[in-house]
Amino acid sequence: MEHFLLQLFIFLAASAIAVPVAKKSGLGSVLGYLIAGIIIGPFCLSLIDNIEEVMHFTEFGVVMMLFIVGLELEPSLLWKMRTPILGLGGVQVVLSSVVIGGSAFIFLPWQQAAAIGLILSLSSTAIVLQTLREKSLMDTSAGKSVFSVLLFQDLAVIPMLAILPLLATVSMHGDSHHQPVLFDISSFPQYMQVIITFAAILFIFFLGKFVSRPLFRTIAATRVREIFVAAALALVVGISLLMTAVGLSPALGTFLAGVVLADSEYRHELESDLEPFKGLLLGIFFISIGASLNFTLIGDKIYLISGLTAGLIISKWLVLLFAGLIFKMVKTERSLFAVALAQGGEFAFVLFQYCKANGVMDDHTAEPLISAVAISMFLTPLIFLVHEKFISKQQESENEKRDSDSIDHRKRKVILAGFGRLGTDIGRFLIAAGIKPVIIDHDPANVDVLRKFGFEVYYGDITRLDLMEAAGASEAELLIITIGDSDKAGNLIELTTKHYPKLKIAATASDRSAAYDLMDLGISTIRRETFGSALALGQDTLKLLGFDPYDAYRMMRIFRKNDEEMMPELYKIHREDEGKYISMYQKHNAGLEELMMLDMNSDMELVDKAWTASNPET
Amino acid sequence: METLNKVLINFAHPARARSKINNALRTAVENLEGVTVNDLYANYPDFLIDVKKEQEQCENHDVIIFQHPFYWYSTPAIMKEWLDLVLEHGWAYGSQGHALEGKLFLQAITAGGDDSTYRSDGFNCFTIAELTSPYRATAKRCRMTWLPPFTVLGIHRGVPEDKIKAHAGDYRRAVMALRDATLDIQKVIRSRYLNSDLNAAIRSS
Repeated sequence: MEHFLLQLFIFLAASAIAVPVAKKSGLGSVLGYLIAGIIIGPFCLSLIDNIEEVMHFTEFGVVMMLFIVGLELEPSLLWKMRTPILGLGGVQVVLSSVVIGGSAFIFLPWQQAAAIGLILSLSSTAIVLQTLREKSLMDTSAGKSVFSVLLFQDLAVIPMLAILPLLATVSMHGDSHHQPVLFDISSFPQYMQVIITFAAILFIFFLGKFVSRPLFRTIAATRVREIFVAAALALVVGISLLMTAVGLSPALGTFLAGVVLADSEYRHELESDLEPFKGLLLGIFFISIGASLNFTLIGDKIYLISGLTAGLIISKWLVLLFAGLIFKMVKTERSLFAVALAQGGEFAFVLFQYCKANGVMDDHTAEPLISAVAISMFLTPLIFLVHEKFISKQQESENEKRDSDSIDHRKRKVILAGFGRLGTDIGRFLIAAGIKPVIIDHDPANVDVLRKFGFEVYYGDITRLDLMEAAGASEAELLIITIGDSDKAGNLIELTTKHYPKLKIAATASDRSAAYDLMDLGISTIRRETFGSALALGQDTLKLLGFDPYDAYRMMRIFRKNDEEMMPELYKIHREDEGKYISMYQKHNAGLEELMMLDMNSDMELVDKAWTASNPET
Repeated sequence: METLNKVLINFAHPARARSKINNALRTAVENLEGVTVNDLYANYPDFLIDVKKEQEQCENHDVIIFQHPFYWYSTPAIMKEWLDLVLEHGWAYGSQGHALEGKLFLQAITAGGDDSTYRSDGFNCFTIAELTSPYRATAKRCRMTWLPPFTVLGIHRGVPEDKIKAHAGDYRRAVMALRDATLDIQKVIRSRYLNSDLNAAIRSS
């Protein structure tokens, strides 16, 4: 136990030190983790052991990441992406395998060359997605292409696991590490295996579509947060186990579950609950990659390994550029796409181990390749940096003009906090105007009802920073606050101005003094909840009393304009001198009355006379 | 009873309660059968004109009158907005725009200055015919039959009650004549104002 805690401490402390330093110096968190790994690894300080085991365990971070990626990807969007996934992904995997395998065939027997080609065609989902997100490139067209290819690669791992044992050349030794723990599906006949696999996928759909909602609703109603976290973790872990048992990739299974849950009201809550676990696991995973770099081997075979690394990156880069050309990507998109995917992936570690275990190749062949993959992964964040500094800079200037005049209003992000009586109408209005807000409400019953009306409402407490993040506060343009509880609204505003200073805020206030409280917090776009309806009803009243409708309308507008214009002044006095405030308030009301009467009785006679020749004025 | 022609009066006055003459004119025709009064400022105080509804209303009438004060030698703002929005291409004009074809177009104008001021050597420099020429061109563009305006000039609060009554009576007779097709259009078109000589223009039926 003590040993475990010590190891954990070393991992956590190393990342706590290395990541901030790396981010400060503009290297990104992934590179920070990798460097931390090298430092605490066996070739530097040698503080940790059992690296392979740690790496294997923390691979689970990738599984969680894909679950979260799936959560953000609605099924319709996935269906729309079927061409890039199958086309772009297929071309990349097949061409890279052929090119790399072909080069390997010069030195090695064809079976080993084929295996190497397949394995090295894969890229690193963990590093690439993490980096793209950190640079907020996921929503760009290049980001989507990259994601499509990574998704196809995850799919491709499954047939690879089936093909690789057939390529065995060396006699088997040892047993496979990857025996599923629950039960062994391979003991069933072939057709049963297929049926079980399909049943498992169907089960995930069923779970996501029908079971998860009532379950999460019940849990959310208890308002015990850690139980929700536990349920979310259990869901992901359970699906991973199921997928492993039927011989599918757990990453793929959880991704599927994520997609099924993408339109669930608990999406943002799930995301924010799993995010820290995912982050930590991935971080430790990156550290273990850094630590697993075998510097003795690299030192001994420096020329071979650097040659392999360069060959790997360059050939993948060329294949990606070519694939980008076939699929008619624009220049900027193509260059980012090619740079992003030019490394080996974490699956390579797994698959090379698998090859060794199945007698496809021996340590002598595999070890330099594993090092090359690790180095290429290590280099990826650096390549990103170089690309960012030199290539995208010059391309950016070309793009800037075009971007500014094609802002798509539907893409503009608005977060609507609170979806009660007032929020509902604002939400309806925005949706009608083509703006789809991310709506967050804290009442599970309310969320449930509004969902039935077709609103995209999510459950959660918006005053939690992680939920704000999951709702997209860092990319959003505007936050609308319609929370009735003014203390809570105040908390939310303080949180927002502190962590998202760029996010604009518009808020409702229950009355005048609540509006003053909001003004204390520096909010300038404030609407008093009842003010608008009071004036509208006032206008109706005048009409019913026989006022000319246009006069009624004008009086309402004059009143509103002047009252709004007086707000800052009254606010100042209210804060300075309460006694003076009341007299000022009365004076202001009297002034308004006078102003409105003036508008009603403006002297038409003089006006008419002015147009006649006999008017003394002329 | 079905009338021969249906008359639409698009009424535009932003301060109706304070215009005696416009009120009197309007009251004189308001309850006539076959006459629809469409108060633009009352229906659209926020200027958000319902184009479809206005177009349908025009289609359902044969005579379209615009009654308004002659603000700045032109119309109150909402009437301009009405023209801008309702007279759509493909509906009112253009090769496909025949919706208003053959309908009668009339302005009923009230103005402070009297007739003598609307002359090239007068206080207002131009004649009413010159100043209303944009509307005449508009009517022609929409394939409508333009009529010279019904004018009430030299109006202010000092005007005695009986004179207002007389104008209102004339307006009522003119509108009824348009409705019943008893107005001699050929004769009227040659006169300066529609109400220059109403007795001569209206055929006794």
